[in-house]
Amino acid sequence: MQKPPAVTSLLKMKTGIAGLDEITGGGIPVGRNTLIMGGAGCGKTVFALQALVHGARSSNEPGLFVAFEESATQIIANAATFGWDLPRLTKKKLFFLEARLSPEIVKAGEFDLVGMLAVLQAKAKALGAKRIVFDGIDVLLGLLDDPVAERREVYRIRDWLAATGLTGLLTQKVSGYETDKRYSFLQFMVDCVVTLRHQVVDGSAFRNLRVVKYRGSGFEADEFPITVTSTGMELTTRGPAKLEYEVTDERISTGLPRLDVMLKGGYHRGTNVLISGAPGTAKSTLCGLFVAAACKRGERTLYVSFDEGAAQIVRNVRSVNIQLARYQKSGLLEIYSTRTRGPNVEDQFADLRARVRAHNPRCVVIDPLSALSTKLAHVASADAAQQFLDFLKGQGITVVNTSLMDGLDTDEATATGISTIADTWIHVSYVVQDGERNRALTIVKSRGTGHSNQVRELKLSDDGVTLTDVFVAKGKVLMGVARWEWEQEQQAAKKRSQVATELERLHLELAQAEAAARLQVIQTEIDAREAEIGLLALATGQASELRVTGRAAIRKMRHADVEVANKHMRAKSAKPKSRSKPARSGER
Amino acid sequence: MAAAKKLKYLLRLYVAGNAPNSVRAVANARALCIEHLRGEHELEVIDLMDFPKRALADGIIVTPTLVKVTPSPVQRLIGNLSDTEQVLLALGLK
Repeated sequence: MQKPPAVTSLLKMKTGIAGLDEITGGGIPVGRNTLIMGGAGCGKTVFALQALVHGARSSNEPGLFVAFEESATQIIANAATFGWDLPRLTKKKLFFLEARLSPEIVKAGEFDLVGMLAVLQAKAKALGAKRIVFDGIDVLLGLLDDPVAERREVYRIRDWLAATGLTGLLTQKVSGYETDKRYSFLQFMVDCVVTLRHQVVDGSAFRNLRVVKYRGSGFEADEFPITVTSTGMELTTRGPAKLEYEVTDERISTGLPRLDVMLKGGYHRGTNVLISGAPGTAKSTLCGLFVAAACKRGERTLYVSFDEGAAQIVRNVRSVNIQLARYQKSGLLEIYSTRTRGPNVEDQFADLRARVRAHNPRCVVIDPLSALSTKLAHVASADAAQQFLDFLKGQGITVVNTSLMDGLDTDEATATGISTIADTWIHVSYVVQDGERNRALTIVKSRGTGHSNQVRELKLSDDGVTLTDVFVAKGKVLMGVARWEWEQEQQAAKKRSQVATELERLHLELAQAEAAARLQVIQTEIDAREAEIGLLALATGQASELRVTGRAAIRKMRHADVEVANKHMRAKSAKPKSRSKPARSGER
Repeated sequence: MAAAKKLKYLLRLYVAGNAPNSVRAVANARALCIEHLRGEHELEVIDLMDFPKRALADGIIVTPTLVKVTPSPVQRLIGNLSDTEQVLLALGLK
């Protein structure tokens, strides 16, 4: 039965099932058959229908759906939750063939599918169909109820597909994981086999998908978790082996100016920020700041909360003057509050991915991501958180997520692996000191940027959020009241020093004024003396002239020496100076 | 089809070209009509290869399918009609 390898390279078509197209390297084989096997409720029909719808919507490839088990109306109604708009598609691009045989039908001999295939062929031609689904092939086989006829009809379908060039998807219900031996030929006949499995582990339901065979192509053979979200089925893969992201130097504000400075401009666009801390350390408030700043820039933002309802978040951050209501109203901000739902976190991440695709945000907050910590999660979901963050990074979305932890060395940080994924890690802790609790913010790491290594005190008030310097005194970091006291003391000391300086200045001014006054007195005195001297000189001159003439006359008369006369005159002129001094100082 | 009103049985047989089951069904149906309905019938054979739209309109899924339109109730049979017992039972002839 094994066909010789295809001469032309194998063409693949996308199913639109995220993850499946990656692990198969492009989707299901074109012009061949793919068999989807699984128990009840595994999502076989969703798988097949999604591939069909994807073709119709994204690749303009109309398709046919042959419903052996459920009625077409039921299928269309069931798929309504996925928003595929089937009623519109059925007008031009999709055709549903009701192929359920009513139980009243009497079987009177052998039958075959020749007529049906003729009908389908006509319809395919009319639509230009490229894909076809035979949903519930097991129902048809059960009706044929004859091993020879079963094989014959299945081969008929295969040959018909080969002749028409349609790509076929067959779904087959199997009980349990092992397929019924009687229908095992189906697996040999088709080119690609996918099994879906439903299992319950510790009371939690998990759905997995595995590609069992793919002729002419390599594929990842492991089992992968699948989830059915509001947009359809998706597969959680490990993501691309290569880490490749667009890198930008653009900085965006954290919403806290001081923190922007500490990070040398803010968060890097498209990176992953982790804010960790104990309960009540204002992690959500920091998220709120980031969201408000993003919305203010006009960027679409998604806030995912596992803690509180949207209204509560808005009210809480309003208490520190962060206004989010208007952005929520304008549609820029979507707050999605949800509960953690048991250990199967795959579903939750798939749900979040769908939300992200729907809202198309540039900034995302997950508060807290540790709600989806893998501590509880199933092994298969081990790296679900990483994959989700990877997905966001791939889209260039800036993510701020919070994590509940008391210290940096807790298990949680390493278990989720968030700390390694995070590009920037901010830790907020409590510092208990002198009977009070204060919030201290530090930047643990920030890739690709220098950052402050100082501890800052995070203060929340009615006016908003601020970061304050902390003081180190006597080998201790001072915060809260201690810091306030220290500040008060500093201020008092400064004041004291100011007063002292002022006093000193006044003293000096006084001394200067005194000196100036003294100078004035002396100047006046000098002037007075000069005047006195002038007067005296005048008087003395006249007197001495008289005396000189007198004495000369006397000398002439007595024949005395000249020297004696001069000496006498000098003693007489010094006399008034010594006499005036005590009188002047008395005036002061 | 004014004459059809007088007939007791109106049967429609949907077939697919020369497929062995279809060829056999036509032969079986004709033989059965002659033997059990003695001419009080009309047997309409519709080849879906030529009229695929009829299958969609009449809700035919597999071939061959025999539909007893009258007398009511409407009854459908699938298969090449080799199982005569089943056919007679279903048509109310036994």
